[in-house]
Amino acid sequence: MNSITNEAPLKAEARNLSFYYGNFQALKNINMPIYEKKVTSLIGPSGCGKSTYLRCFNRMHDLYPGNRYEGAIDFHPDHTDLLSKKVDPIEVRMRISMVFQKPNPFPKSIYENVAYGLRVRGESARSVIDDKVEAALRGAALWGEVKDRLKELGANLSGGQQQRLCIARALATDPELMLFDEPTSALDPIATASIEELISELKEKVTILIVTHNMQQAARISDYTAYMYIGEMVEFGVTDQIFIKPKRKETEDYITGRFG
Amino acid sequence: MSEPSDRLKKDLTRHFKERVIEAVLFLAAFVSVFTTTAIVYILVSESWVFFQHVPLTDFLFDTQWTPLFDDAHYGIMVLLSGTITSSAVAVLVAIPLGTLIAIYLSEFAPFSVREVAKPFLELLGGIPTIIYGYFALLFLTPLLQKIYPDLPGFNLLSAGIVMGIMIIPYVASLSEDAMRAVPMALREGSYATGATRLQTALRVVVPSAISGIASAYILGISRAVGETMILAVAGGMQPNLTFNPAQPGATITSFIVQVALGDLPHGSIGYQTIFAAGLMLMLLTLVFNLIGFYMRKKYREAY
Ligand SMILES: Nc1ncnc2c1ncn2[C@@H]1O[C@H](COP(=O)(O)OP(=O)(O)O)[C@@H](O)[C@H]1O
Ligand SMILES: [Mg+2]
Repeated sequence: MNSITNEAPLKAEARNLSFYYGNFQALKNINMPIYEKKVTSLIGPSGCGKSTYLRCFNRMHDLYPGNRYEGAIDFHPDHTDLLSKKVDPIEVRMRISMVFQKPNPFPKSIYENVAYGLRVRGESARSVIDDKVEAALRGAALWGEVKDRLKELGANLSGGQQQRLCIARALATDPELMLFDEPTSALDPIATASIEELISELKEKVTILIVTHNMQQAARISDYTAYMYIGEMVEFGVTDQIFIKPKRKETEDYITGRFG
Repeated sequence: MSEPSDRLKKDLTRHFKERVIEAVLFLAAFVSVFTTTAIVYILVSESWVFFQHVPLTDFLFDTQWTPLFDDAHYGIMVLLSGTITSSAVAVLVAIPLGTLIAIYLSEFAPFSVREVAKPFLELLGGIPTIIYGYFALLFLTPLLQKIYPDLPGFNLLSAGIVMGIMIIPYVASLSEDAMRAVPMALREGSYATGATRLQTALRVVVPSAISGIASAYILGISRAVGETMILAVAGGMQPNLTFNPAQPGATITSFIVQVALGDLPHGSIGYQTIFAAGLMLMLLTLVFNLIGFYMRKKYREAY
């Protein structure tokens, strides 16, 4: 991973990003690049604002009243600020998909779960949907396990399979950026390993921003790592550098477990 | 073994109080079970007397209901058709409107609107049905007669519509509860794929809440089938084998009121008819409750 240079093209860039839940400022003036077709991890103690930050990228905070963004997230190749009032959050979510902490399959069949994003976009041609569902399930390393039971409820799958189903759902619409919020925290070690492997494969095609509560996971799967603390971006860098010789004392304390 | 110390000894007062409370609770439970059983027993035994005189086949297949006449006929189909027709009208009003209101309140309405609308709906559900009955007779029927001049003054249509309005609050309120219980994580999952609010409501929230919504529908239907006053006031109480809502008709319930009000001497076979009709009504609601029970079981683990 040492071969990575900062010349990798940018997919997005947070500039002076602040975020408020009502009067409570959860993010403070964050600046951070997201490089194209790389995996970037967000680490930091619970409650430091990792999820809050992630959910700015797909404008998830727009769903609830009282939330407010400040600053910008430049999105490439459009060179457009995702947070601009003129940008439609639905269009944003069409291009930036998300996988949540707890698997949240819809009460629909496996097939319909994956097809959901396509149907929402008005796609109705059976053959197109069939192809994309298969491709997404293959992409999520789930096809082999479910190809004979596509009509079964998604909820009948095991936890790890459900999470891969949610990844397939997020993948089916050909996103440019995928957001993962602690996708393995509810899974056993074997399911976790398979999802980590999957994420490493996905970056061939798509940019990935992932929150993880697990530092080993960040070290294993990511090219870049950002350490956050109480709403601030303490340090961002190439993963190896962050874990081997962090520049900031706070980062080192957290990584070596001397934190708190 | 030595005597237990004072601090560990059985507290007799407490023991006694617990037993009394237990007995009171048992009595309360017993009374409700007992009355239900007694009602069923009376319905069945009195109907038994009725069926000694009227063959079951006549009851089920005769096309006239004239227990008051010399040439008495006891075809329950006549009353059942009135019940079915008026309930169908009510359901056609209440289910679409109730569902729309529920979707709006649960998925679209701002907090302030919901805070006002929910109690208002519940208030609507608390209006005595006799008032709805007069509303149908004196307001809705004349209004409908402006459109359909041939509509009789008593008819199942306006009774059914008003009955539908009456059960909207039940359908809306219970469906809304079911939709609000759908975990936020499912909605977020839908929005995150780029779905709109409407798509999320119709494609994710409603299917997830389907078991609760179905129970709301069943409850609404049971209310319509059992409703009495609106039909007694505005429906006409004329036994009429028809599925045309633009006609007057008697329902099982309105017939029971009519007889109970004293048109027939106690103990006469005509009087016994209300028990047979009541049994029919009870079986009908039982069927709906069983359907509701089955639906809840089938869809219970939707999310
Ligand atoms: N909906 C919300 N309303 C108000 N405060 C919130 C809300 N969600 C999170 N917070 C607060 O924002 C901070 C960051 O939370 P979060 O982004 O969930 O942290 P993390 O994902 O790093 O554990 C915490 O202090 C949390 O209490
Ligand atoms: Mg979090």
